[in-house]
Amino acid sequence: MVKSKKILTLSVPLVIFLIACYFLFQGLYTDPRKLESTLIGQTVPEFTLQDLYDPDKQHDASIFKGQKLLLNVWATWCPTCYAEHQFLTKLAGQGLYIIGMDYKDNRIKAIKWLTDLKDPYAISLFDKDGMLGLDLGVYGAPETFFIDSKGIIQYRHVGDLNDRNWQDKLSAIFDNME
Amino acid sequence: MQLTSVDLHVQNNRFKTVNFSAYLFCLMFFFSPLAFSATDLFEFDNAQQEQTFHDLTKQLRCPKCQNQNIADSNAKLAEDLRNKTYQLVKEGKNEEQVIAYMVTRYGNFIRYDPPMTPATIFLWLGPLLFILVGFYFIYALVTRQKKQEAQLDPEEEQRLQEILSNKKSTDKKSQKGNKE
Repeated sequence: MVKSKKILTLSVPLVIFLIACYFLFQGLYTDPRKLESTLIGQTVPEFTLQDLYDPDKQHDASIFKGQKLLLNVWATWCPTCYAEHQFLTKLAGQGLYIIGMDYKDNRIKAIKWLTDLKDPYAISLFDKDGMLGLDLGVYGAPETFFIDSKGIIQYRHVGDLNDRNWQDKLSAIFDNME
Repeated sequence: MQLTSVDLHVQNNRFKTVNFSAYLFCLMFFFSPLAFSATDLFEFDNAQQEQTFHDLTKQLRCPKCQNQNIADSNAKLAEDLRNKTYQLVKEGKNEEQVIAYMVTRYGNFIRYDPPMTPATIFLWLGPLLFILVGFYFIYALVTRQKKQEAQLDPEEEQRLQEILSNKKSTDKKSQKGNKE
């Protein structure tokens, strides 16, 4: 009885040590730069933005309703977007509906980029001063929002989409959306 | 002492050198980071607004460059957030309203001063818990010591009696000592 109590007391530091180890190890494998979006489960905020190709054409939040889609935030100043572009074209070729948002960018450069590299986007929004980006909590490019047919944001992916993360995780998220 | 022409020349040269380094020294200030730092010019309606703006930019954290606040960061995003903060303050929003605006977009991550939520409650209760555990430890230590002083096991009691009775028969003086 006394002995078991002693063992219990002596094991307290060990337990604390193990708990600390757990948290520290977890810290090694999580990327602190990846923030969770606060918009999960909510609709895309209201906005009016010009079309990238045609300044006279305006889009609003209603374009996100009707079918599940990806909203891809990109820019010509972002090297990772360049790496990602080919994969997006591939996804678009598979019939995925992708809306692009050109974030804080130069219109002429952006149009040239899409002309040269093919345009995977069904609709291209032009967010010149990044205000829709701010409403969406965008803090870099590329970012991709997974939006269901009701216009509700289900997931946000920070960083590029590629074959690996699409196969591993993201395609399942997309397929599970309504 | 009279200066020869050669001496004069040296003297003159040294003066030039000193002068040149003084120039360099002055130039240094022009190229210091201070002179280059990004100074956005914000104009406010009153001092209160300006104070609110400065307080806010100090306590809002830049999501891109995570260990800086948006006042210190030169990241484009920090610039946007500063502008937005300015715009909201100018519209007459108070500190809490601006913070709420930012939190709905970027989450509590953007605050350097986190609110009390189930996930962060440990930050407040943790130290308290440690103090309580510490007090319990001291309490346990003290009571255990007291117990040891005051009480004897029945076995020990018996042994003590035996020793006492043995001593009684052999030495009367030491018995007196034991009684004390």
